[in-house]
Amino acid sequence: MKLKQSPLLVAMLVLALVLSACAGSAPAGETSTGAGAASVAAASQAAVNSAPLAASTAASTATASTAASVAASEAASTAASASAAAGGTGQASAAASTAAAASGSAAPVTPASAGEYLQTIRNRGRLVCGFHGGFAGFGTLDQSGNAVGFDVDICKAVAAAIFGDATKIEFRPLPSAATRFTAVQTREIDILSRNTTWTISRDTSVGMDFAPTTFYDGQGMMVRTAENLTRLEDMGGATICVQSGTTTELNLTDAFRALNLEISPVVFDTQDAATSAYAEGRCDGLTTDKSQLASIRVGLPNPDEHVIMDVTMSKEPLTPAVLQGDPQWHDLVAWVVYGLITAEELGITQENVDTFSASQDPNVRRFLGLEGELGQGLGVENNFMVNVIKGVGNYGEIYNRHLGPETPFNLPRGQNALYRDGGLLYAPPFR
Amino acid sequence: MASSGLSAEQHRPVPFYRNVKVLAVLAQIAFLVLIILLFWILYSNMIRGLRIANIPLDFGFLDDTAGFAIGETSIAYQPADTYARAFAVGVVNTLRVAGLGIILATILGTIVGIGRLSNNWLLRNVAAAYVAIFRNTPLLVQLIFWYIAVIRRLPRVRNAWGINGVILASNRGLAVAWPAAAESYRTWEPWLWMGLVIGVLAFVARRWQLARMDRPGSALPHAFLAAGLTVLIGALIVFATTGTLPLTIGQPVLGGFNFTGGAVLSPEFFALLLGLTIYTAAFIAEVVRGGIQSVNKGQVEAARALGLSPSQTLRLVIFPQALRVIIPPMTNQYLNLTKNSSLGVAVAFPDMFNVSSTIINQSGRSVQMFALIMASYLSVSLLTSLLMNLYNNRIRLVER
Repeated sequence: MKLKQSPLLVAMLVLALVLSACAGSAPAGETSTGAGAASVAAASQAAVNSAPLAASTAASTATASTAASVAASEAASTAASASAAAGGTGQASAAASTAAAASGSAAPVTPASAGEYLQTIRNRGRLVCGFHGGFAGFGTLDQSGNAVGFDVDICKAVAAAIFGDATKIEFRPLPSAATRFTAVQTREIDILSRNTTWTISRDTSVGMDFAPTTFYDGQGMMVRTAENLTRLEDMGGATICVQSGTTTELNLTDAFRALNLEISPVVFDTQDAATSAYAEGRCDGLTTDKSQLASIRVGLPNPDEHVIMDVTMSKEPLTPAVLQGDPQWHDLVAWVVYGLITAEELGITQENVDTFSASQDPNVRRFLGLEGELGQGLGVENNFMVNVIKGVGNYGEIYNRHLGPETPFNLPRGQNALYRDGGLLYAPPFR
Repeated sequence: MASSGLSAEQHRPVPFYRNVKVLAVLAQIAFLVLIILLFWILYSNMIRGLRIANIPLDFGFLDDTAGFAIGETSIAYQPADTYARAFAVGVVNTLRVAGLGIILATILGTIVGIGRLSNNWLLRNVAAAYVAIFRNTPLLVQLIFWYIAVIRRLPRVRNAWGINGVILASNRGLAVAWPAAAESYRTWEPWLWMGLVIGVLAFVARRWQLARMDRPGSALPHAFLAAGLTVLIGALIVFATTGTLPLTIGQPVLGGFNFTGGAVLSPEFFALLLGLTIYTAAFIAEVVRGGIQSVNKGQVEAARALGLSPSQTLRLVIFPQALRVIIPPMTNQYLNLTKNSSLGVAVAFPDMFNVSSTIINQSGRSVQMFALIMASYLSVSLLTSLLMNLYNNRIRLVER
């Protein structure tokens, strides 16, 4: 029987083999045109063997990674010539930075060279920040379309540290949790500040680097008051609405597996979809971080008909993340967050920061860059914290602006208070 | 003649850079090189990114524990199972909705397509309106409409519509009474296999008989009758020996949080199936209409002259000829339906793509998972078009 699609199939197979062969042969020191020719030969040879697609791709990948440490510099020059060939488009500068990164990959342990990321951001002239876009209090859009929220202000603080200007920033909304790490991995965004829980697998195998936690949260469960539920043990067989691609989904399963109860999760792509499904009675319960549940409950038609159960299913340290591999960039984000906490500790606010320039306290003087060169190691001005505080204020100010008593959420500081007030916020010294 | 006027200069061969044939080949080579270069840049960029992020590019993670629950499973699945198993659950769910969708869309589309050509004014215009509405609005919008505006507007589970124990509709889904295995099911199972074997034997025998008598007709009714009788006799014997029927009727009743007993069609599955069926049927209707109209008018007139009724004309004369025109574009619609089922993610149906999104987020292996997703859709699509091509070859006009 003659199959209509067989030529197409063969063409695809050959194309795939050509691609994988290219990747395999390029680090071996070929020029870009030579690699093309060699790979065509390799592909035809491979086609004779008719190796399965997946197997050959995996094999060539293995070749690439073993050859990488030996011939990474050749690969870099290949990449450079390739980007030169692609020049003349708007991608030129991006391609150049790609080449720069590839040359850095000569060091086998930390592939991206220190400081390269910060330089890319400086050249671009603005920080690209991934935020939620639809999560009131943390990352949402106000009536005039500006990004506002707790997570947003963390990004602004970093922009202020780099440029001395909290407005040199571009916001990318990432309402779907499932794509947020890909956005970091592909460098679509420089920093992910989108109520993301810090976990070991995300820190290692997903390729994130986490700055210190900005908000300590825990997973809760909201149910209808009329159901009279107080314990998870009573919820066997219940249907629970949950957002996909979150630790919430796993914690939910873990919590009920531990109790040996079966539940039926309905997994939605966005939190809004999960919320509305719960509100209409598709599910018996809605689960996510407690802070978010509080924000959701206020927005429901009759908040009194819903209750957040007094159970905590998990630890949820919500933490900004950057791409793993550039320690300087990670350090900068980390110390901006520590700086916000330290500022609250020292009592430095957006309003009174200028008055501190006359301070004789060496801690304050070092912190504000009046003494020492603490900014240099991070690749920014020594007085970067002055810019940060002028831009967004200290941690307490940010918290109160978006989540405090004057807001509809009125979330108590709880674990998010300074350590001396019984919370978990503790910054290492600026010294 | 011209030869006398030609100078030696004009006989000189054309340089290659002015030779159209050579230039055409060179342009193609340059184009090919450019394409390969482009893909190579993309590929090497991906590999570099993965190396920086320290993500290995292998499929070993599929053996790790998935750790998440799936709301709707057609094959046995526990949160403690592997990622591979979770992915398989997604694949089965995709195949379930796509397979059922193809059958229903074909039936609905054929009815509407014939309706478009009806002499009845109302029927003709209703069919035309159906096609106009559903073919010209985006599928995603339709899916969300069915899910949010129709199915989720059904009453809450405690005030479900319907008859308790028979059929209940609520925004938790449609629960219907459905056969369930009883204790004596195991002893009945051999009879099921025997029924299958006898059915196949009956089919072969009847076909041979028909061929010997040189008569048209299908062997299927005999096969089903034989198989059905075997299974029924088996059930009676099981009942006589054990005292219980092998199957009971599971009745949906409200218990605890949800329905228990019977079969439950989830709102997500129902919305996706409804959306895919109605949307694709609009396209199939046009394919069917076009196929019917492609049959020469003389065929209809000849059939009527021979005294065939309108339905006989349609069934015996028009349809067999129209099928030749219908099948190839119909294959496209089947492929579209299968691929469109990935929009189930918008209505929270745990299809292949939805489950994979969760796997990607838990494991970080986006490249491998997307390769797996694409390979799966590719396999399903190629298999579908292979089957349709086989069928197309069978019904093709045999040229003598």
